[in-house]
Amino acid sequence: MSDDNKDKENLEAKEGGEAKAAPKPTPPVKKQEMVIDGLIVSSSPHLLNEESVPKVMHNVIVALFPVCAVSIYVYGLRALILLFVCLFTSLVTEYLCRRFMKKPVTLYDGSAAITGILLALTLPPAFPLLGAVLGSVFAIAVGKQIFGGLGLNIFNPALLGRAFLMATYPVLTTTWSDPIEWSGLFTMPSLEVVTGATPLALMKFEGITSELFPMFMGSVSGSLGETSAVAILIGGLFLRYKGYINWKLPLGFLGTIFIFGGLFYLVDPSKYPSPLFQVLSGGAMLGAWFMITDMVTSPVTARGQWIFAIGAGVITVIIRLFGGLPEGVMYSILFMNAFVPLLNRYTRPKVFGEGMSEVQESGR
Amino acid sequence: MASRSLYSEFTKGIWKENPVIILLLGMCPALAVSNSAVNGLAMGLASTFVVVSASSIVSIIRRLVPAQVRIPTYIVIIAGFVTLADLFLKAYFPAVAKSLGPYVPLIVVNCMIMGRAEFFASKHTLLPAIVDAFGTGIGFTWVLVVVGVVREILGSGSIFNVMLMSEDVFTPWVVMILPAGAFISLGLMIGIINYFKNLKAERAK
Repeated sequence: MSDDNKDKENLEAKEGGEAKAAPKPTPPVKKQEMVIDGLIVSSSPHLLNEESVPKVMHNVIVALFPVCAVSIYVYGLRALILLFVCLFTSLVTEYLCRRFMKKPVTLYDGSAAITGILLALTLPPAFPLLGAVLGSVFAIAVGKQIFGGLGLNIFNPALLGRAFLMATYPVLTTTWSDPIEWSGLFTMPSLEVVTGATPLALMKFEGITSELFPMFMGSVSGSLGETSAVAILIGGLFLRYKGYINWKLPLGFLGTIFIFGGLFYLVDPSKYPSPLFQVLSGGAMLGAWFMITDMVTSPVTARGQWIFAIGAGVITVIIRLFGGLPEGVMYSILFMNAFVPLLNRYTRPKVFGEGMSEVQESGR
Repeated sequence: MASRSLYSEFTKGIWKENPVIILLLGMCPALAVSNSAVNGLAMGLASTFVVVSASSIVSIIRRLVPAQVRIPTYIVIIAGFVTLADLFLKAYFPAVAKSLGPYVPLIVVNCMIMGRAEFFASKHTLLPAIVDAFGTGIGFTWVLVVVGVVREILGSGSIFNVMLMSEDVFTPWVVMILPAGAFISLGLMIGIINYFKNLKAERAK
């Protein structure tokens, strides 16, 4: 299926969701097929796809496996517990919300599980478990179900949960810990964590640049899922291969961070970090492959996606270099999420011949 | 209107036509100063004083005011009583006045007070106007106190400035005393109340 067709279909699906009073689309009728002279004759659409929401979501979970595995390897048992708590709480909240709202329970479509895993991946390893529970409940209940569930939320639920935790526990969400030391293959890592600073925080507050290779592999401190660029890349390329994410979004976002951040580096290399550091540090990779590509909260048109991705990249660089916070990926994506309805409206592709009548009239 | 009893005029402001949770009037002070129970209570009482006084004056002079200039007239009356309340708070409760900040003078443009003057006091005699304004003021106060209590417990771990839990047991949710916490808690409160109202209406059917 070409991108244009997808755009149109997505657009229609979204419009249907926005207008609540609109009648629900009738369930697909079994197509009537006739065979004439050995040729199958049927009405459109002719291209059929086996994909469904649960299937897409389950593949996204599969794509998150490398990231989770690296985070558990780097931060030990603590990361596993945090992942499990977020996942479990998200699923329970989803179930309770749907029951409470008297709507069909959508536990098995996997979207709540993704929100839980993604939220855990944005948290620092030493984050208190009670806080993780609070964030998951907020992400699912307020971030998603209050708007009506999957497909109707305007903000990325995982990032909204993370933003809520950031405002709720400003100290705990920015207390990072160093990667654990593995003394042997089968040693049980202790739950004790050593406080350390992320490469971005070191850069911003102490002016120390970190080595790029450990940041690429993942042996630096940071949130669970943002340390290893290579693990995220594996998951992201798997999603791209499956066709679930549009290359415009990660490319536009990372490219903007690289180029826009690189401009500052060219102006003053002693003051500003190198563009590769910008791309590999913090949540840029995780945001580019798993957050900004959220199907629900990104624009559906090609032009809208470019504006969305580039805007988020520019805001990220501005927050990182000139804002009070070391990291700006979360706020930049949430900020651009708010513009998605507007982008969808103003970047709608023109129907062939649209606007021609005015041209003709003015020519007369 | 005369058939309506004074009692029902009083109670409607507390629940059925509550200014904040039903009419959604006076949201600015309800969101801005409900970060602690004391602030909510002080703001509620100050607003109650202003709405009762302004409504009674508006009711008395309702036949003297030309319809074209009634809104400016109400504003001047309300502003006079707000100045009284502001100076009173500054003189006797300087700490509260300081934490309320600019929101006491801003009672002048509280649409709850203007609403009572425009919709009720300008059409009724003195006694119903006072009773109606008092009920509305009480309704405004209790919502502010409830929201203030919730936000103070979660945001600072205290209630009416008395510490409930030490910081080791409970890490305060800083977001609750920020503006975002006001929107979240008031929004959830209105949502829950509407949920139970709908439930009741369904059962009555």
